[in-house]
Amino acid sequence: MLRSGHAACPGCVLALSLRHILNTLGPETMAVAAPSCAALICGAQPCSSMKIPVYQTTLESSAAAASGLRRALDTKGKQDTTVVVIAGDGGTYDIGFQALSSAVERNEDMIYFCFDNEGYMNTGGQKSSATPLYASTGSTPAGKLSKKKNLTEIMAAHEIPYAATASAAHLADLVRKVEKAKGIRGTRIITVLIPCLPGWGLPDDEAIATARLAVDTGVFPLYEVEEGQRYTLNQTTRTRPVKDYLMTQKRYRHLSAEDRDEIQLMVDRNWTRLAERSATS
Amino acid sequence: MKDTSSTRMLLTGNHAVAWGARLSRPNFMACYPITPQTPILEKLMDFQMKGELDAEILTPESEHSAMAACVSASMAGVRVFTATSCQGLLLMHEKLHYAAGLRAPIVMFNVNRTVAAPWGFWPDQTDSVSQRDTGWIQLYSESGQESLDTVIQAFKIAERVSTPVLISHDAFYISHALEPVEVPAQATVDQYLPPYEPELFLDTERGESVGNVVSPEMFCQHRKDMGQAMQLAIAATQESDAEWERLVGRGYGVIETYRCDDAELVIVTMGSMCGTVRHAVDEMRASGRPVGLLKVRLFRPLPSAALRDALAGVPDVLVLDRNFSPGTGGVLHQELKSTLFGMPEAPRVHGYLAGVGGVNMSPGKIEELADRVCQAEPSIQSVWAG
Ligand SMILES: Cc1ncc(C[n+]2csc(CCOP(=O)(O)OP(=O)(O)O)c2C)c(N)n1
Ligand code: SF4
Ligand SMILES: [Mg+2]
Repeated sequence: MLRSGHAACPGCVLALSLRHILNTLGPETMAVAAPSCAALICGAQPCSSMKIPVYQTTLESSAAAASGLRRALDTKGKQDTTVVVIAGDGGTYDIGFQALSSAVERNEDMIYFCFDNEGYMNTGGQKSSATPLYASTGSTPAGKLSKKKNLTEIMAAHEIPYAATASAAHLADLVRKVEKAKGIRGTRIITVLIPCLPGWGLPDDEAIATARLAVDTGVFPLYEVEEGQRYTLNQTTRTRPVKDYLMTQKRYRHLSAEDRDEIQLMVDRNWTRLAERSATS
Repeated sequence: MKDTSSTRMLLTGNHAVAWGARLSRPNFMACYPITPQTPILEKLMDFQMKGELDAEILTPESEHSAMAACVSASMAGVRVFTATSCQGLLLMHEKLHYAAGLRAPIVMFNVNRTVAAPWGFWPDQTDSVSQRDTGWIQLYSESGQESLDTVIQAFKIAERVSTPVLISHDAFYISHALEPVEVPAQATVDQYLPPYEPELFLDTERGESVGNVVSPEMFCQHRKDMGQAMQLAIAATQESDAEWERLVGRGYGVIETYRCDDAELVIVTMGSMCGTVRHAVDEMRASGRPVGLLKVRLFRPLPSAALRDALAGVPDVLVLDRNFSPGTGGVLHQELKSTLFGMPEAPRVHGYLAGVGGVNMSPGKIEELADRVCQAEPSIQSVWAG
């Protein structure tokens, strides 16, 4: 469903994830793309790297545009066409957040994919509210002083039918989640962590390993929330300390040992809370 | 020809708009409430609830999202209507360019209201005239009847030239004033406006996309195509209007000249001000003063040829602008000066800022201005009428 010759950086796992997602969804799918790396991967007119129709909207409006597309298809009796959003974290956590919250509140029938590379990458790598604490970006050169917004929890608080995190290093898990989401009606959101090669300061062949470390260290736990109530932690053990994850990325190069400890504590807290919710729901 | 199948109803301007929209059978609407547009939205909801209107209606969290949804719905190939006013229109600004660039034949109704700050609820056309460069066709209406008729015509125009249409009428003077309105029969409108069946739309069968990045040359070509569509829109408006007139006996033209024969002064304006000027013209004609009215109904594209033709040989023109562009003055004043540029023996164009912020312009005040300008040299800048 994603053709070769697209415009992603060599080694980018966004393209890989997108390919698996689209192959799982199949041809009866339409995408709304917000400006982001995902949109650029779709290609430039008159070419398209996507076999499905893509409507390119503006940065802040993907959930609203997808709502319009959904309703229009409904009026044409095309309820079986899956409408998806493909957007970045900036277009989701920041400027498009208002439209997203509104669409989720209305429970619009769509699957929203947020490719979370923790910054505004196609504009050259500035921070977004998905950028983690202390990470250096073009607009936070000395490191970001605030924490990453917890999108999945905010979505859960909307009692969205399905919210999940996923990783390019766990493709079978990603595909399973896409299949599961496809079988549910209403708004579904899957946030895929995309280690960005230039944005995070990684060698071209390190994206998968970094994505795996994010899960193994508990920095980016893989989990699902149904109806905002039922939590499932997909990988229930942490096997590595957070510093193993931080040390390989140039965006964390300036961190002191105390900074790393602070991040470890924060990750521990999040993990404990999530493990408790998962155990009790 | 009189339309015998229509029903006469007592309607506010906004309810006339809602009737126009209902009769046009849109498939999709997305609306966000704002005074004084709300009665349009509520009436449409009411129609839908009673099963009289078979449309999807989306009520998102903002006008920006409303327009975003309208554009994507239009790209899916369905007929789209929406309505807004002042701040809402301005919040949509980015998406207005977007809709026009994608050649989405959306019809939007705007109720002209003062733009904040400071806050006001008064008729003022700055909200819509300031959207003149977004690529939307713009029409201004003088009455509820005209608004109803124009909504129906607008779908025909929009779909013919693949360009969105914005129609405006003034807050309260038109939006909330009751008047008898001829509501055409559904069959009449169906005969005039066939279902929207675009050649191109988002379709999983074809897999084509829309809105992707283009090269500078392709971008430039897009803009040339938009310009060409705008030029075609003048004839499309004229023809759509004439066809409607043949069916129901009501037509409005792209401009209207009222008692302009042998006029030594022609007053040019838009919207509800036309009604007041009509009255003032009658008074002045009665006392032997040769004054006429030129109503600009189609503001974008500006029907330059028709304007030059209508004003050829007229010594003085008085433009009344119920809008204000700080630094230049009245927008219609500027537009008219540039349209008449280079015309042999072009009229002297006097621009007045009249009724800005909803300030009342009485027929007496208009007569006073008419007398004043005939004795004065025009100034380059617009002058405050009060
Ligand atoms: C209203 C608006 N403001 C700014 C931009 C410029 N812009 C394009 S993409 C982008 C950042 C996107 O970041 P994200 O959503 O995380 O996607 P990524 O590029 O990281 O994949 C920005 C700021 C825009 N397109 N529209
Ligand atoms: S900038 Fe980052 S996310 Fe974007 S294509 Fe390149 S590697 Fe992928
Ligand atoms: Mg990003």
